[in-house]
Amino acid sequence: MHSIEIFINGKPATVAPSITILEAARQQGIELPSLCHHPDQRIKGNCRVCVVEVEGYKNLVPSCSTHVAPGMKITTNSPRVRDTVRTILELIFADHPQECLTCIRNGNCELRQIAAKFGVRDIQGEKTKPTFSMDMSTPALVRNPDKCIKCGRCAEACHHIQEVGILYTHNRSTDICITPEYGKQLNAVACVLCGQCALVCPVGAIHEKDDTDRVWEALSDSGKHVIVQVAPSVRVSLAEEFGLPSGEIATGKMVSALRHLGFDKVFDTDFSADLTIIEEGNELLQRIKHNGVLPMLTSCSPGWINYAEHYYPEVLPHISSCKSPQQMFGALAKTYYPQKYAINPADIFVVSVMPCTAKKFEAQRAEMTASGYQDVDVVLTTRELARMLRHEGVDFSKLPETDFDTPLGISTGAAAVFGATGGVMEAALRTVYEVATGNTLNDLEFTSLRGMKGFKTAEIDLAGRKVKVGIAHGLANAKKVMEMIKNGEGSDYTFIEIMCCPGGCIGGGGQPYGTTDVVRKARIASLYSVDLTMPLRKSHENPGIKKLYEEFLYEPLGEVSHHLLHTVYTNRQQTHEQS
Amino acid sequence: MSRVLNHELIFNICPDRYVDLPTYCCHGGYTALKKVLEQAPETAIKEIEEAGLRGRGGAAFPTANKIKMVRSNPSDLRYIICNADEGEPGTFKDRFIMTHIPFQLLEGITIAAFLAGAGHGYIYIRHEYPEAQRIMRESIIEAQKSGLLGSNIMGSSYNFTLELFSGAGSYLCGEETALISSIEGKKGRPRLKPPYPTEAGLWNKPTLINNVETLSNIPKIIQNGAKWYRSLGTQDSPGTKLISLSGDVNRRGLYEVPFGISFNQIINKYGEGTKPGRAIKAVNIGGASGVLIPPDLLDTPLEYLACAKTGITIGSGAVFVLDDTRSILANVHNRLRFFLHESCGKCTPCREGLRQTNIIMDRLLSRKAVKTDIDTLTRYTRAIQDASFCGLGQAAGNSLHSSLMYYAEEYLAACQDNQLSHNKEVTA
Repeated sequence: MHSIEIFINGKPATVAPSITILEAARQQGIELPSLCHHPDQRIKGNCRVCVVEVEGYKNLVPSCSTHVAPGMKITTNSPRVRDTVRTILELIFADHPQECLTCIRNGNCELRQIAAKFGVRDIQGEKTKPTFSMDMSTPALVRNPDKCIKCGRCAEACHHIQEVGILYTHNRSTDICITPEYGKQLNAVACVLCGQCALVCPVGAIHEKDDTDRVWEALSDSGKHVIVQVAPSVRVSLAEEFGLPSGEIATGKMVSALRHLGFDKVFDTDFSADLTIIEEGNELLQRIKHNGVLPMLTSCSPGWINYAEHYYPEVLPHISSCKSPQQMFGALAKTYYPQKYAINPADIFVVSVMPCTAKKFEAQRAEMTASGYQDVDVVLTTRELARMLRHEGVDFSKLPETDFDTPLGISTGAAAVFGATGGVMEAALRTVYEVATGNTLNDLEFTSLRGMKGFKTAEIDLAGRKVKVGIAHGLANAKKVMEMIKNGEGSDYTFIEIMCCPGGCIGGGGQPYGTTDVVRKARIASLYSVDLTMPLRKSHENPGIKKLYEEFLYEPLGEVSHHLLHTVYTNRQQTHEQS
Repeated sequence: MSRVLNHELIFNICPDRYVDLPTYCCHGGYTALKKVLEQAPETAIKEIEEAGLRGRGGAAFPTANKIKMVRSNPSDLRYIICNADEGEPGTFKDRFIMTHIPFQLLEGITIAAFLAGAGHGYIYIRHEYPEAQRIMRESIIEAQKSGLLGSNIMGSSYNFTLELFSGAGSYLCGEETALISSIEGKKGRPRLKPPYPTEAGLWNKPTLINNVETLSNIPKIIQNGAKWYRSLGTQDSPGTKLISLSGDVNRRGLYEVPFGISFNQIINKYGEGTKPGRAIKAVNIGGASGVLIPPDLLDTPLEYLACAKTGITIGSGAVFVLDDTRSILANVHNRLRFFLHESCGKCTPCREGLRQTNIIMDRLLSRKAVKTDIDTLTRYTRAIQDASFCGLGQAAGNSLHSSLMYYAEEYLAACQDNQLSHNKEVTA
């Protein structure tokens, strides 16, 4: 396509003909304000803070939804534009609790940032008093509709990114609000708790349930042996919270930071990711051998499990019985670990740092107590960990790089890629191939399984048997796969990986604000480079895992494994249909 | 409510009587459709274009252009929607057409549908108009029975089905994209434009949306020709306009007037002026979303160009007269309350701007406002007009804006600090 010439603030600019004024301005280094706009979402045009002046137009035009045209003369900095944007911000604030000092988004609220840029100093409008009630009904998410600015990003993520669609815009005029159906609470509807709504909310209207105080409390309790596990994707996203570029690999600094906080041991969920591969890989081979239910579906992503339980209970037999790496870790942390180091398991407090809000729900499921205790006590998101580090005054950039503790900190490159969509499949194939064929796999990079395509497929030769695999990420894609299985079209697949969030865990609902597809790609690339630097890159080569089987589990899918590492799923379709 | 349509013009029908199909046909009804079905569609489109017909719903978009846009779209399916939502307070013309001359509307819809290449259409009527709904429903059935709707209309190869859609009654559903959403079973909120309905309308198919009055003009244009049509009205604004005249005049009602006539003439000739001893204080033109003008602008002719120059929006053709017993502020506040209630709430300026302007109007009317409130009111009004998502939001501040322009002294007089400063000046 030919480019066109436009004028922004009197200066000529050559741009592609299909872009919006907002995109064109940003390309020219002019950062126009926006609230309802999100680069990965459809254009909404609700907030109107991005309005600009275009010659020949009677009214101001929203730059997010107006496309450039040849010769278009755009002014982004006239008094008319500035006054209008300030007025609109003022109008938003007038209907906002203005509890900025105590808000969870203090410091990273998009509304505040824009207001500061535009020098909003005074709110002439009369403060109105919203009267919505807080929704604290789930262990994962908190909704505070009073702070909602009705930008619609959360509902857009829920409806069009995830296609779960439990958040709606209700009523009209000033009664407008975004809530689950009929103003119900989240626990009364089939919310999968993926947190994609929280990730895109520009203000503090919906966010993760903050569990940092519970961790501070445990850390200050001398009677507690507090251990922490960190999910693979957190090491490539945490640094963003401290101003470092997207995808910066911060494994060593992160470990030091966690030690700084006072955890007794800093372990790695990558260890139990390797363990998951052993159990899941063997489960797959067993299903293949004994004509079990195929395709087998992965079970690492708790948002996906919630989705299947609520919306596709008929596919539950397809899902691997393996617990997620977080829960496998928790079960071992209160059995194998205390047994090995002579610690009373009752004193052990397990904290997880996860990219995910649904993990908070997963940890407190009734069936996640195989160790005799709640396997994982508290789940923190990446954002919560960053908050704790800031609270502690940790200067992240100055931290030395240190290694995880052993034995639950030993891991492989296979585990590292778990954080990206396609990673579980790639890790599994590295092991399944060698176990099934007895041959050494030299070409470890299954590049066809990588990337942000919604549904990826590949075919692998496993000892003469062609095995077709598929990978879906984001629930909109998962939905397509579920329909495929329901229609019987999934029967030529043997193994399908499903991740609830777009991009996999690196795009989870608990990741730093500002996560976009561009950021997701940077994080994914970093995870693959972590994999390349690891001395061991296949799960079954992890010496810690080998020892675990020797000392404790004895064999994959064995009795101990079955008890501690596997689970069952519940049909919860009725629950929300009746509520 | 409607007194008389006293011209033998576009709506040359006895005002107090419902016109049934045989009577309509006796007066030349359905000759236009017959003519159109026998010609190349381009001929009739050209006639409408030469007649200079513009949309009578408020936006005044050239009707022939709209038809051409839909027609030229290479879609497998095209729709026509007759916008009979008529939510503009003070406007009652469409209801009159539907309840009195329904077949003129049906003929207009059928012609427009044929010209646009639409095979299916909807008449969107709010449920608050049960009488209009009943008559249109019965008329559709009668037209079907008489071969004027359905398959092989009037013996031609043209098939067209029409159904009535009952809206829940929201002002915003008069906005064409909100109306489409409503028919689709979604919330009546406006969509982003472009794409315009002519490209992607109902169910994403090209859709022709026109107002009742606009469509009812079409049979007369075809029947009598563009030249005849242009002999009514002016060069800039051909044809006639239905005026819903109400407020403080002696003869309220619906009048069909040729374009070019002044507002003074409308009020004095048709409305027979104000009550004895009462003078006009202001006139609201174009309904709740229209402007409030002072008497010295009433010589402005009813003409799109002349009105635009004076800042008058003809809109749907409502003329509401306020005599000198009326409070401008109370009147404006009424309109603002209406818009606050009817705002869909989607965009910030309309939703929050109307909330805040209403709060300030409350303060003004209860004599609790101060002069700086007027500055804030002005600023908020500008944001509502300049930055709202849809045309209805943008128009919601029109009466406020024009009254602040023409009746600033009433606003100032309502401020509690006005008297004080005035006294000070006097003392000094």
